[in-house]
Amino acid sequence: MARPHGNNSAASVRPDDRSRGADPLAARREFMAKVVALACGGLATIPPVVAGLWAFLDPLRRTRGAASFLSVADLAAIPDDGLPRQFPVIADRVDAWTGFAAEPVGAVYLSREQGSREVRALSATCPHAGCFIDLEKATQCFRCPCHNSSFTLDGNIVNPSPSPRAMDELECRVGGNGQVEVKWQKYRAGIAEKVVQG
Amino acid sequence: MSRPAARAASGQPSRKGVFGRLADFLDDRTGYRAVVHEALYERVPGGARWRYVWGSTLVFAFMTQVITGLFLWANYSPSAQTAWESVYYIQHEVAGGWLLRGIHHFMAQAMVVLLALHLLQVVIDGAYRAPREVNFWLGLVLMMLVLGMALTGYLLPWDQKGYWATIVATNLAGIVPFAGPSLQQLVIGGPEYGHHTLTRFFALHAGFLPATLVMFLVVHLALFRKHGLHAKRPITKPDAMFWPDQVLKDAVAMLAVMAVILGVILMPALRAMLAGEVVHLGHLGAELGAPADPSLPYAAARPEWYFLFLFQFLKVFEGWGATGEFFGAIVVPGLIMTVMALMPIVGNWRLGHRFNVAFTLAILAGVGLLTAMALNEDYSALWVNRASLAEAEKLHDQTGGDAAKLVAALGGDNAKVAAIKRQWKTLEKVRRSQAYLDAVKLAEADAARAVELAGRPERIPPAGMLELVRRDPLSQGPRLFAQHCGSCHAHVDPLAPDAEVVIAKSSAANLHGFGSADWMRGLLDANQVAGPAYFGNTAHKEGDMVSFVRDDLTDEATWPKGDIDAVVAAMAAEAGRPVPQEIAGLVDKGRELVAASDRCGGCHAFRGNGTDLGAAPDLTGWGGRDWLVGIITDPTHERFYGDQNDRMPSFGKAAEGAIPPLSREQIDLIADWLRGEWYRPAQH
Repeated sequence: MARPHGNNSAASVRPDDRSRGADPLAARREFMAKVVALACGGLATIPPVVAGLWAFLDPLRRTRGAASFLSVADLAAIPDDGLPRQFPVIADRVDAWTGFAAEPVGAVYLSREQGSREVRALSATCPHAGCFIDLEKATQCFRCPCHNSSFTLDGNIVNPSPSPRAMDELECRVGGNGQVEVKWQKYRAGIAEKVVQG
Repeated sequence: MSRPAARAASGQPSRKGVFGRLADFLDDRTGYRAVVHEALYERVPGGARWRYVWGSTLVFAFMTQVITGLFLWANYSPSAQTAWESVYYIQHEVAGGWLLRGIHHFMAQAMVVLLALHLLQVVIDGAYRAPREVNFWLGLVLMMLVLGMALTGYLLPWDQKGYWATIVATNLAGIVPFAGPSLQQLVIGGPEYGHHTLTRFFALHAGFLPATLVMFLVVHLALFRKHGLHAKRPITKPDAMFWPDQVLKDAVAMLAVMAVILGVILMPALRAMLAGEVVHLGHLGAELGAPADPSLPYAAARPEWYFLFLFQFLKVFEGWGATGEFFGAIVVPGLIMTVMALMPIVGNWRLGHRFNVAFTLAILAGVGLLTAMALNEDYSALWVNRASLAEAEKLHDQTGGDAAKLVAALGGDNAKVAAIKRQWKTLEKVRRSQAYLDAVKLAEADAARAVELAGRPERIPPAGMLELVRRDPLSQGPRLFAQHCGSCHAHVDPLAPDAEVVIAKSSAANLHGFGSADWMRGLLDANQVAGPAYFGNTAHKEGDMVSFVRDDLTDEATWPKGDIDAVVAAMAAEAGRPVPQEIAGLVDKGRELVAASDRCGGCHAFRGNGTDLGAAPDLTGWGGRDWLVGIITDPTHERFYGDQNDRMPSFGKAAEGAIPPLSREQIDLIADWLRGEWYRPAQH
């Protein structure tokens, strides 16, 4: 079967640029064809790429809601012996499309001195890399299980420590009804300054 | 000789710029120039042609699907509780999500069209002939893979449309002999549809199928290059180069495809803008139905348009049972694919090529015809003149569609009988089509409502959207009412009888607006109380209330108009409905009248006054939520009609151990719906 236009190799028919170049009109036409081809191909590719990146960057538009005071415990539930106790923080939470009503969203350590109505609240999130800090009963100190950052019961750094700063203290107030309220806030991890996470 | 020296010796111009040197560096180590050269400088016998663009356009379409698909993947969550929800989020809340999803959705459909065009061009040009047989077969495999991706992608939003279409498709797979049931169970990830149906379909759609497709595509393109382009004969023009001549045409075609897709997505926005309406970006692009609900009938179930021909084809075998389905869904399509696969061999015979072309055109014509038939069946109510069928419709209602009765009715006019019978057939089709169109309208309303509910400030509950929809009085109320209350009660707005009719005919009160001032005013109107909207069709037609309204209330001396207004105001207030401005000051006076023993209190109990319970319904909290729930639960309770109850079932009461007709949740939904209490989005 004759296949005059069948099996060919690109090498055998390299385009002869010089012959085209000899005709300035043909050269210009070929140049225009290249420009228009690239333009059309490029334009056709823009919508999916732009739409994709537009949607992909959507998380950057999202912000954490303003921090608010959340009721975490009854004053009577915090023994006035100066020792911190762990309490869960309950809050409504939205995860993209799902709304969770009154869910545990984290934990705080609360303590108060003898006879005092003032409560000290420390975030249980390690300022180093965000792990959950344990309260070690045996050694009477806070210790992060991930990289062994240690803190005193006041939340101060015990050196040497991977954590660049002391445990994050949260604003805390006691309402007239004895409800302890904590301003539930997250701070950026890994830096020496205490900066609110946006 | 070193390579740079070799290049210098070969006369290639030496590049001096940084980029030029970098290019040399890379070329020395990768040989990329030769590859690019090979890719671009393919000879096109007879010059570039528009008819060769389909393959490149398909590659472009596939790349678009890969790009948009990956970005969709970054937002999609395949599980029965999150699939619809995440697609909702993409469509309505992610910036640009509507565009991303729109391009993916419509490019999938464009791919099916492009596939058909590519196949048609290959067959007509005879490009399947030796030595390109294998590449033709690879093309058929690629076609099946693309259709497989279309089928699996349709389910992923987990909406009613995709869910029911997939139920049908997977059940058809189940009728394959021997392996069918196992195949079906493997595909849906177990005996029931759910999480694993989605994870499996997603893995197929975004993993197995595209990965396989890429492998076949690489070989397809490699073989295409090996054999060169199969030129359309006769060749009249000089050869040209793939780059830029054919690439230019390909690129223009790609741009045209993208322009069409953007046009389809943006056209409704343009139309809205021209009409001066607000454009909701989330409503552009791909449709999202209501969340999949296995318990809710979905009469609008249809496959995507490119599978409509198969859907219609199966109807040809209606009445054959499972054999017919096996034949229509598996044997015939299998035979067609076999004939297509044999085309390269058949094409060697003298008239083989003509047969192949004719066969392909016949199949396409058949597909077109079946699609048109399917569309005609669904949409004929839009263009068939229903008025011209009025006589036939009347006769159908009279005779119940009975031929013998028709002959009698027409006095033996045989010509007319035949004509009417023909019209009955049309009527039957129009009625079916109307039912489909109504179902589509209902599906659209359900979908819009689901989107409205998903936007609540409380967001979607962790159990998923379906739970929220099932708790929504606006979605569920009309259905429950039609099913359980509608066999007796109407629900028609008397001021707009054509709008929002849930049930039109009745043998008991019209409950539209029950509890409102307007409803109460109608009840206390001597002309209406014994009419069909109130007690007209019930045992209470001759009852004390009717004679009270007709005899006592019409006596201006004892019941001046102001007193009736006061009662209306008091009762609307009792139901928790808005009291019209002009009678708002009469509520307290009305309460005294209702309680007075010489007025309503003579028969009704009211807030501890009036008579004892049992003589007539208690008016305390009348029309309110508790009252409604109470009467639906048990109208025979002494608080309501007691032993004077006329036929109304006790929906919430059942004998010991039995299940009542309605659950407490369902009764709540009906009561809330009757009272118009459902979530309404805040007006922006």
